[in-house]
Amino acid sequence: MLLVALSIGILAVLVSAILGPKKSSRTKLMAYESGNDPEGGGVGTGQRFPVHFYLVAMLFIIFDIETAFFFPLAVAYQKLIPFAFFEAITFVLLLLVGYYYVLKKRVLEWT
Amino acid sequence: MPDWLLTLLITVVKAVAVILALLTTFAYMTLVERKLLGRFQIRVGPNRVGPMGLLQPAADAIKSIFKEDLQVTMADKLVYTLAPIIAIGMALTAFGGIPAGPAGSLFGENPWVYNLDAGVLALLALTSMGVYGIFLGGWASGSKYPMLGGLRSSAQMISYELGMGLSILGLLMLVGSTRFTDIVLWQGANGWMILFQSLGFALFMISSFAETNRTPFDLVEAEQELVAGYLTEYSAIKWALFQMAEYVNMITASALMATLFFGGWRGPGFLNGIIPGIADLPIVWLVVKIGFFLFVFIWVRATLPRLRYDQLMRFGWKLLLPLALFNTVLVAGYVAFFSAWGWWPLALLSLLGLIALLALSDTVRQLWTPPRRESELPRVPSRSAGGD
Repeated sequence: MLLVALSIGILAVLVSAILGPKKSSRTKLMAYESGNDPEGGGVGTGQRFPVHFYLVAMLFIIFDIETAFFFPLAVAYQKLIPFAFFEAITFVLLLLVGYYYVLKKRVLEWT
Repeated sequence: MPDWLLTLLITVVKAVAVILALLTTFAYMTLVERKLLGRFQIRVGPNRVGPMGLLQPAADAIKSIFKEDLQVTMADKLVYTLAPIIAIGMALTAFGGIPAGPAGSLFGENPWVYNLDAGVLALLALTSMGVYGIFLGGWASGSKYPMLGGLRSSAQMISYELGMGLSILGLLMLVGSTRFTDIVLWQGANGWMILFQSLGFALFMISSFAETNRTPFDLVEAEQELVAGYLTEYSAIKWALFQMAEYVNMITASALMATLFFGGWRGPGFLNGIIPGIADLPIVWLVVKIGFFLFVFIWVRATLPRLRYDQLMRFGWKLLLPLALFNTVLVAGYVAFFSAWGWWPLALLSLLGLIALLALSDTVRQLWTPPRRESELPRVPSRSAGGD
């Protein structure tokens, strides 16, 4: 499935590369900036962006691991109750402490 | 012919069929969307190319193939080409796991391309691989607007992926399996999951809107704010591939909602009492449900304004995530201690949660648009005496 899907994409790109016109000029290949000469930007120019994106990505990693722990618990849940319930609650509470800290640190406020 | 070769051949044929069906659906989806948006705004959509505009998608496709494929000087050549291929590959692959009928109902074959034990997980993983396509595309474009659009999109998609994963945990606890066919079978025995998990469904639906970058969460390609986000430097077929990936993701999300919460390929059982056998047309019912959710996607696009970026992130992290956790804990507690009463009280609880969410939405809204304190208001710069 994956191979077939990827080959569809590659095929489309190839066909377009063969059939499309190729008349490029310097102006045509300039990055878009409302008609001005582009300033900064570009791969490898070390462009800066807000640290918030890092924080969100880190939080995502933490909470996604939490989700990953939850999936096997959820699937085997009906065989493990009521013990699993208290385990899950403890885990969630521990995470909520961290979540509360993040809230109070105003990490999730984008200003 | 050896047995494994036959299996492989059948799988490939099914994969090609599913992909062609998806691409056709995507093409006509764009037409239907334009038509419907036209109807919503009291005008007619495209109706010039072919009868009722039916050839419009073909015209669009031919145009995008014959356009010049530009590549900005600053772009990273390999990644720039690879990104749309990743996006479309993942989007198309994700759909193959959705079952369209009971085992062996497709001319003696199974009506799915692959059926994994960890079906739901695999699907979530594949859809989140789509983030790579978008972000790499934005980064490799060698320009700053695509870069910002790509950053925004990756942050948004990973945030709402959490809500998506957490909101189906309650469902998984009830079913006890992540296999799609098991989930559909459970719903055949106990009734549609939407009854027991209405809160979970609401959260799942909101997150899937954000995951597929549709309004009201389509900040990634907010035309009026960021040119076209990660698509700014793309032209010709690569642009079309990204669009295709977005629409295919929409179709997958609709199919996922139908399968997880609305009984999958089963029709409503009581209809069998009126016309015998009408609820047992597997593929037809799945298509009907997918069509319904696609209509909802378009309807919402024509109705709601876009969220601001900070509102979006606050909504995802402060409302969706805690509510999904709450839903999980609620179901866990119920299954652990009250499961002897059957599942119907749980349905009531979940519905109550949903109603409370809707009734309190005005109060809750302050979470993502907090009232500004006096000290936080933007200061009017006081003019100095000397002037400027």
